[in-house]
Amino acid sequence: MDNKRPVNLDIGTIKLPITSYVSILHRVSGVILFFAVAIFLWMLDSSLASEESFNQLADSLNNPLCQFIIWGSLAALAYHAIAGIRHLVMDFGFGEDSFQSGRSSARVAVVVAIVVIALITWWII
Amino acid sequence: MVTTVTSLGRSGLSDWMIQRISAWVMTSYLVFIVGYFFANPNLDYAQWAELNSSLPMRMFSLVTILSIAAHAWIGIWCVLTDYITVRLIGPKATAIRIFFQLGMIAVTSLYVVWAIDILWGI
Repeated sequence: MDNKRPVNLDIGTIKLPITSYVSILHRVSGVILFFAVAIFLWMLDSSLASEESFNQLADSLNNPLCQFIIWGSLAALAYHAIAGIRHLVMDFGFGEDSFQSGRSSARVAVVVAIVVIALITWWII
Repeated sequence: MVTTVTSLGRSGLSDWMIQRISAWVMTSYLVFIVGYFFANPNLDYAQWAELNSSLPMRMFSLVTILSIAAHAWIGIWCVLTDYITVRLIGPKATAIRIFFQLGMIAVTSLYVVWAIDILWGI
């Protein structure tokens, strides 16, 4: 690639549409999830290794630090799954015909994600 | 720029397809597990261990962890080849990117081995 070509896109000076934020957050949540897989595997391991470790896991869900880490992991998972399902719906040709419909589905994804993350928060507390 | 050699499917179309199939598998697993927790609010160890040691559930979990591995590989590859580039961070970019890609592959492989160890150790 010829990297001497000038680059005129200064993202910081451009007002981005909601679709951009939904896309960037999808990436950010994906990178978080790469590390969160370790948290989920640790929980799977503790829940299955023995009855004792199962009960220890249940106890650690009352610890505020554990609660926060699990909340963050589940929130990233919820957002990433919802934004991902939006793409899967688009694969079938729904809502990908215009920028307007892409913007509408991005708004729906944000609202659904907020509701689901609120439910996760309520469930953990 | 050397990027294709570290992509999972060696082509954008193949990566796209793997990303979609793995997404469907993970979504199915997520929907199943959430539904199971709702259906069994007072889940105890015996019931949970029985579910996870059954052959169909072991297969479902195995396919899910393999999907997580493939999906993470492709996703992290996309992020790294977009941002750790010579244009954005300078001439050392390729070496730094390869370092992170190899780290990602190592962690992903570890996850798969760990998951198999958990599932077949019940």
